[in-house]
Amino acid sequence: MMSQAMYTATKGTPYNQAMAVELRDVNKWFGSFHALKNINLSVPRGQRIVVCGPSGSGKSTMIRCINHLEQHQSGEVIVNGKALTEDLRKIDEVRSNVGMVFQHFNLFSHLTVLENCALAPVWVRKMPQTAAEELARHYLERVRIAEKADSYPGQLSGGQQQRAAIARALCMNPKIMLVDEPTSALDPEMVKGVLDTMVSLAGEGMTMLCVTHEMGFAREVADRVVFMDRGEIVETNTPHQFFTNSRSERARQFLAQILK
Amino acid sequence: MSDQSMHSPVVSSALIPAMAPPADVWPGPVTWMKKNLFSTPSSGALTICFILLAVWLLQHFLSFAIFNAVWSGGRDSCRANGEGACWPFIAEKFDYLRYGAYPVSERWRVDLAEALAAILIVWFLWTKAPRRKVAALLFFLVYPVAAFVLVRGVAFLNLPVIDTTLWGGLLITLLMSIVGIVFSLPIGVILALGRRSELPFVKAVCVTFIEVVRGVPFITVLFMANFMMPLFVPDYLTPDRLLRPLIAIALFSSAYMAEVVRAGLQAIPKSQYEAANALGISYFSMMRLIVLPQALTIVIPSIVSTFIGLFKDTTLVAIVGIADFLRAVETARVDPSWAGPTISSTGYLFAGLVYWGFCFGMSRYSQSMERQLARGHKS
Repeated sequence: MMSQAMYTATKGTPYNQAMAVELRDVNKWFGSFHALKNINLSVPRGQRIVVCGPSGSGKSTMIRCINHLEQHQSGEVIVNGKALTEDLRKIDEVRSNVGMVFQHFNLFSHLTVLENCALAPVWVRKMPQTAAEELARHYLERVRIAEKADSYPGQLSGGQQQRAAIARALCMNPKIMLVDEPTSALDPEMVKGVLDTMVSLAGEGMTMLCVTHEMGFAREVADRVVFMDRGEIVETNTPHQFFTNSRSERARQFLAQILK
Repeated sequence: MSDQSMHSPVVSSALIPAMAPPADVWPGPVTWMKKNLFSTPSSGALTICFILLAVWLLQHFLSFAIFNAVWSGGRDSCRANGEGACWPFIAEKFDYLRYGAYPVSERWRVDLAEALAAILIVWFLWTKAPRRKVAALLFFLVYPVAAFVLVRGVAFLNLPVIDTTLWGGLLITLLMSIVGIVFSLPIGVILALGRRSELPFVKAVCVTFIEVVRGVPFITVLFMANFMMPLFVPDYLTPDRLLRPLIAIALFSSAYMAEVVRAGLQAIPKSQYEAANALGISYFSMMRLIVLPQALTIVIPSIVSTFIGLFKDTTLVAIVGIADFLRAVETARVDPSWAGPTISSTGYLFAGLVYWGFCFGMSRYSQSMERQLARGHKS
């Protein structure tokens, strides 16, 4: 049980400050399609979560609700102790502390890799240009593409682009990292480099929510696996339990499909 | 092929060395011509026909403009020659074509203003020039004031005021185009962003403006600005007769510019917006740093087309009694003291060459810009 002191009494239900992300009864519709159904998920600070499930199950939508790229229509999304509302300034503040890595990298194609990384620190964190570039070089070094700093995204391979995108997210020094199928758009030989980067990130105590089908990655780094199907969370479990002894029939079927 | 060889593994042990292409695909003018000009008999025949046509046209043009033209002498030698252009006519009318009725003793002020504009524009547009931001600031903030003081005049600076009714010729054409170009792009960008805004009121205002202006011919807008505005606005608020068409042309082309920019905005994938949003970048920073630079790069050809259209549309201000360059050519052409067989053709040829020179310059500059901007991020 959490002690009472760990709750701050804001209006309505208190938010648990030990949680990086809390989703409470979140529902989301696309038109009349019920995309997220009563999602409840609490992610303590520093926990690494892998979200998996068949395509169209709402994994990406759930992740994108956390930084308000999708708006939930009922329930509460609480990030770093702040509930997401329509207040734009608050949303930008939350977003600046939540990094996101996209399936298709989404680098800014008119800027060099270095400029991609330094842009948000300069314009959001108001960092001086030289300090931001130094920071950017530091993280590019970490994802092992320092030599590509002055290239444009179009000149990089998919794997290099994805690592640049990870560096761009890291430059904002986020408390939470949302990762949406980071290797699905990559050629097979590029996957390993990106996964290695992700594993090394996971080792640093950052809160991570990662949608992926890389079950090896899930086994290696996840504290918990969340299995979704048709807009609901069907099972959350430790990776070991999930892969060897999943409780739900739907998860067993899914695993049978992907682990031949 | 025997069954055996089909199933035995194939292994290549040595790398195949790169070889030079054989003679018939060796890159060069001969292979290029074979491939592009004479690939089939009919294509070869077409090539020859068009070369002959081009030679014939060029020969006529050159004989009129150069070989049979009158280069020196006066009106009498022009009158005697019905075969070629009469360049002494242009030489004598040159000052009139440039300044209109602007007083002769004060024309140095126009020269100075035009020279300053040329220097600043070259400094600003030449991508390798140092401190281009300074040039931009000077051109957009300081220069308009300086040009106004110089060309119109301010009495206490000992520069007598020259009434705008005396301005004319190329001065008017350049003034109209530069003001139109400088204002239409930023206003167009604002209108385009407004049209894509999620705020219903902002969107409605922008859509209405764009659709109304685009639905009305430019001449109507000029008439409205010139004859209707003074009816509705009290005398002391009515802008100068030259200012009215200036405002009209800037607003008119910004409606077109808005649609050009909107096309560019629509070409930017949603993922770019999402990446910016996810980093917590605010709307205006996102537009300025991420979306607009990419969107405007895509639509450079259309932007420059709009500029070129605007440049040529300035000839329409003659309809509300403003003596632009073409109007000045027209006036010079009917001067009875120069009456001659080729005076009109010479005048129009000269006007055409001047307009073409400016438009071709803009077009070339935009192409070099495109190449430069595409160099970095071609995927």
